[in-house]
Amino acid sequence: MSTVDVVVTGLGATTPLGGDVASTWDAMLAGRSGVGHLTQEWAGSLPVRIAAQLAVEPSEVIERVRLRRMDRSEAMALVAAKEAWADSGLADSGLDQERLAVSFGSGIGGAITMLDQDDILEQHGPRRVSPHTVPMLMPNGPAAYIGLELQAKAGVRAMASACATGAEAVALGLDLIRLGRADVVVAGSTEAVIHPLPVAGFASMRAMSTRNDEPERASRPWDKNRDGFVLGEGAGALILERADHAIARGARIYARLAGAGITSDGYDIVQPDPECRGGIRAMRMAIEDAGLTGADIHHVNAHATSTPVGDMGEIKGIRAAIGSHPILTSTKSMTGHLLGAAGALESIAAILAIRDGIIPPTINLDDPDERLDLEVAAHKARSADLQAAMNNSFGFGGHNVALVFTRA
Amino acid sequence: MATRTEITSGLAEILEEVAGVNPDDVAEEKSFTDDLDVDSLSMVEVVVAAEEKFGVKIPDNEVQNLKTVGDAVNYIEANH
Repeated sequence: MSTVDVVVTGLGATTPLGGDVASTWDAMLAGRSGVGHLTQEWAGSLPVRIAAQLAVEPSEVIERVRLRRMDRSEAMALVAAKEAWADSGLADSGLDQERLAVSFGSGIGGAITMLDQDDILEQHGPRRVSPHTVPMLMPNGPAAYIGLELQAKAGVRAMASACATGAEAVALGLDLIRLGRADVVVAGSTEAVIHPLPVAGFASMRAMSTRNDEPERASRPWDKNRDGFVLGEGAGALILERADHAIARGARIYARLAGAGITSDGYDIVQPDPECRGGIRAMRMAIEDAGLTGADIHHVNAHATSTPVGDMGEIKGIRAAIGSHPILTSTKSMTGHLLGAAGALESIAAILAIRDGIIPPTINLDDPDERLDLEVAAHKARSADLQAAMNNSFGFGGHNVALVFTRA
Repeated sequence: MATRTEITSGLAEILEEVAGVNPDDVAEEKSFTDDLDVDSLSMVEVVVAAEEKFGVKIPDNEVQNLKTVGDAVNYIEANH
């Protein structure tokens, strides 16, 4: 166990539920769905015509000329990171920029730029392809833009582990501070792939819900009638800080980032291990890293994406690694699945659950799968005095990440 | 055939769209990089947009000679 404590001192997000953390959290506690119809012309021919799109467009926050040089995923990352930075109060703290790092990823990267520029290439030829194409589509672009904006000079790292990216970026941030590589890390992830090709790709895998007539009811983790995930977009950012650094400057501390566990399945490129063996090891590792036991974990913000196989494997895993006592939720029931950004947003939800003593609901859990033998905060937010909470994220490629947050 | 004034105001429109330059700041004596803050990638966009707008070809080896708005106006006027 490490002797260096790491705390969370700032949060930022732009999500299908709101343009910032406060509005997103309020909507979560109210059990609101951010899923709606895709009204774009291209959606007409797709088998999936629903998604959870951003509540507030980046164009409302970022100046036009700057925005046209950014991929949508980069713009969203910047919105979230700037909110988190302002929230942390670090701007005027005299922080040495060479002690500030960024750990920020994306599951898929600048896909919209890639595809839009390919259209231009096909239709108008190479000379019309934007000179901003490469910095817009490169997967380290979101991290690099944040680093540039905040003048972070202790390294800008870009994670990519599909739907575990956000959580893994937070876990890397923890490592960087523990190893003494940085005092402050802007950690999180972003995803913007609501575009016909990624939608068609996921739909071809039969991974997505086709409940096109009832978008708000489509994301229904653990429900008997779940039929796949709903694609969401957005970004989440956390300011991680060495605890003594935060205390010395009198920072407001949301929670401790007490532990992380990362494992890989070696099972299948996309199928989750139905026994959740890798997930169990990640959860146990995170709990041990935090110096706790399963009995201490009171709440899990689960990965639970609303797919038939994945949801139940994780239930087995939580039961094995933690026990039968934690109260679960899947905020994906409201936000859809933000892919790479999910772990960042759901870490924020777990942290605020600890701070406010309230677990956001899992909506649409009308008819629970009979194998669901753990308690879920179904339909309505649930008050609970939480000392420690876990966030799970699993990704295509067999990535498993568990994070443990504790009350500061 | 566009007049010099028309070419200048056409360039001003492009500069505003691509690089957020205030059209009132665009004048023949202004340097793209030093006065109007147009970076090299944005300059590529300006050139391609100007080719479309004025029906000219501006080869890459010519672009380095276009230091000021006036240089670009001269080139477009002579070649379109």
